[in-house]
Amino acid sequence: MFVEKKRQKKKEMSRVAVCGGTHGNELAGVYLVRERLKRRADGTEPVSVVTVMSNPRAVQLCVRYVETDLNRCFTRATLSAPVSETSPYEMIRSQELNALLGPKGSAQAVDLLCDLHNTTANTGLCLITYSDCDWICLHICKHLQARTNTKMASTPVRYVHFDIPLNEAYSLDSVGKHGFAMEIGPQPHSVVRSVIFSAMQEGVQLMMDWICQFNSGTLFEGGWVDVYTMVKNIDYPRDSETHVITAAVHPNLQDRDFCLLHPGDPMFLSFSGETLRYKGKEALYPFFINEGAYYEKGIALSLARKRRVEIPSVRSETLR
Amino acid sequence: MSSRTNISCLQEAARVAIFGGTHGNEMSGITLVNMWIQNSAEIERNGLLIKPFISNPRAVEKCSRYIDTDLNRAFTPENLSAPDVEGLPYEVQRAKEINRMFGPKGSADAYDVIFDLHNTTSNMGSTLILESSTDLFNLQMVHYIKKAMAPHTCSVLLNEHPQLKYSTTRSVAKHPVGLEVGPQPQGVLRSNVFESMRTILKHALDFIELFNSGVTFPPCTVDVFRVQERMDYPRDTNGNITAMVHPHLQDCDWEPLNRGDPMFLTFDGRTVLYEGANTVYPTFINEAAYYEKQQAFMTTGREILAANAIRKACK
Repeated sequence: MFVEKKRQKKKEMSRVAVCGGTHGNELAGVYLVRERLKRRADGTEPVSVVTVMSNPRAVQLCVRYVETDLNRCFTRATLSAPVSETSPYEMIRSQELNALLGPKGSAQAVDLLCDLHNTTANTGLCLITYSDCDWICLHICKHLQARTNTKMASTPVRYVHFDIPLNEAYSLDSVGKHGFAMEIGPQPHSVVRSVIFSAMQEGVQLMMDWICQFNSGTLFEGGWVDVYTMVKNIDYPRDSETHVITAAVHPNLQDRDFCLLHPGDPMFLSFSGETLRYKGKEALYPFFINEGAYYEKGIALSLARKRRVEIPSVRSETLR
Repeated sequence: MSSRTNISCLQEAARVAIFGGTHGNEMSGITLVNMWIQNSAEIERNGLLIKPFISNPRAVEKCSRYIDTDLNRAFTPENLSAPDVEGLPYEVQRAKEINRMFGPKGSADAYDVIFDLHNTTSNMGSTLILESSTDLFNLQMVHYIKKAMAPHTCSVLLNEHPQLKYSTTRSVAKHPVGLEVGPQPQGVLRSNVFESMRTILKHALDFIELFNSGVTFPPCTVDVFRVQERMDYPRDTNGNITAMVHPHLQDCDWEPLNRGDPMFLTFDGRTVLYEGANTVYPTFINEAAYYEKQQAFMTTGREILAANAIRKACK
């Protein structure tokens, strides 16, 4: 039974940020930001877009980060901590970005912050955010999902939700009033694959199209979006003494992001040939399966619950 | 036409090394070697000394390709004869140390065989890399491995081009063999890639054991891809790349590339075509580590190499 939700009115989006190179070796975003910066704004754009290379030193070195992961530096605590010349580079940078695009939680923050990422996991395109009821983000997702006859047509688009309160939200996208990471995989780090670059370019373009239509008063009809909410992470099996990993992601699970994992399904194949199985009681959706940067964070894969979220129709307050 | 086969009698291959972590973020070799250092049962063979070895431990610790300079280009005569002074790049020091332990390169004391384990982000599948078209032992070994791996394909890359030769870690040995398996992102361990590399090594060690036991290997031919040249990305005046490997070329390692075929796609959507006169077989297409070496892919030509029968020389 479909219940007509009350139409949501929102202020129009006057400032949008597109960020890339938050991790310096996730190259589709790096090249996309470079290309956008090359095309100087001529003042006729319908919405003000600020394009930012978030971690220029890491981009220069083509590494994820120089001293510490920039995309974990945006909690309230880190943003308000005192910094000195000896503070880690990324901590200083996170406060600079917060001043430029935020401050986080204030009325001056950009209306929408889109942070571009790549993953070695076979995730397709994901919009990753902290809210499962941000109608702007959900409508943008629905808009991307609806595209046909485009280069992006073969790339699945999904909405991923981390249920973390704003103060503890640690990533750059939490600085904007609305925000998400646009994560596209699979792509090795330090590589740009043209199919991935094109999908990201098109994703950003579709997002901008939606914002322009929204700002000009278009009514976006309500509907449904499947939301994947992160439940837990699973680490690799490790040797109890040396902590060295003793198994690889099982071939049956490798590249099967967002395919339902049932209790008893293979998860790891140990180096001695043993199959280790998923021991959870609940069937969940795995994602970020075998992301290269997560070995050091102790994450082999993440698991999510999926549910259908009803979204209201939306229209900007500024009517023609 | 002779009625008697020419059999080349070669020295026994008594000492073999398996190197992982020449590049600290190529995970299959690092994982295999660490596993075998802990428990070598799987790699033990009769009458053979087999040493698993992590060649660049600091890079492995950091999970980066190298610390100061690429170890796999560091074994030049200049570097190997450089005096032991302060301030030498880490990998040059390491090259000298490895040359002392497993060489000296070019001498009778050098290890007989070194297998150097690598991964690539390119879709090369299982690849064996040779540096000489006349090393009969290596030719017979790769022939044996290819047959044993079938129907799984093992490609053979021959890097003998006088200008493109580089001084690899494995070049310290009398018979250097590179194992390159992909596609695998840097810093990632994929089960299928790991198991492929493990199986290749199993067959390689089986061959050496058989050879040392006196088996005669009949004459054979080996299909190889001989390295021709490096193709760089189109770049702007600042040296930044202006195009990506074209979707039609991406992942098409070892497939023919003809004049007029798409090669690159610029960031603003323009296709750049391959203009070479001859059909080439590209490989190392879009290898992450080669962006800084100005290489989008390498061209190769197909060739068939012939090898005499071989047998271990009698004492």
